[in-house]
Amino acid sequence: MAVADKIREKLTQALGPRVLEIVDESEQHQGHAGARPGGESHFRVKIVSEAFEGLGRVERQRLVNRALAQELSGPVHALAMETRTPAEAAGST
Amino acid sequence: MSENPATSAIKQAISSHDVVLFMKGTPMFPQCGFSQQVVQILSHLGAQFKSVNVLDSDEIREGIKVYSDWPTVPQLYVKNEFVGGCDIVREMFEQGELRDYLAEKGVELVAA
Repeated sequence: MAVADKIREKLTQALGPRVLEIVDESEQHQGHAGARPGGESHFRVKIVSEAFEGLGRVERQRLVNRALAQELSGPVHALAMETRTPAEAAGST
Repeated sequence: MSENPATSAIKQAISSHDVVLFMKGTPMFPQCGFSQQVVQILSHLGAQFKSVNVLDSDEIREGIKVYSDWPTVPQLYVKNEFVGGCDIVREMFEQGELRDYLAEKGVELVAA
């Protein structure tokens, strides 16, 4: 299974997100340490989930990092993230 | 889990300086765009910081991930407190919170 699909599957299971966007930004990092020839090393995820309710920034990212612990210790070199609650997402548009 | 040999070096660093950035490379020559962004933000705010190049030591590089329970570098500490990585620092900066946070913690900000 492609890394992006794994990320989608695990985050869906862990967070039941309302919105989940996964962008492979590996191309921007070609030639840089940690980049792999096949891509799928640098990702950006945007998540809107009720699971973030009442949590600070660090705790939110920890939830995501835990869900993706296997990927982060393997193929995924960098994971940028935006973590918002449904209320925050509604307020920002 | 066995005792982490880097723990005492990490504790020493974050307790002996107000602002400590664990990064890849040095502030002059960052080896990673995410580390570079945090350096730029801290410099922009005029915050003096101690940098630790994790590429100099595999023990620190792996140790800081365990110590902070955070899988990626850069990592910012202020007064012994883990603040976050690049996304968090940038978000706090963009929302104007980082300057207040540093000021609240008693970090001196020198106008550039």
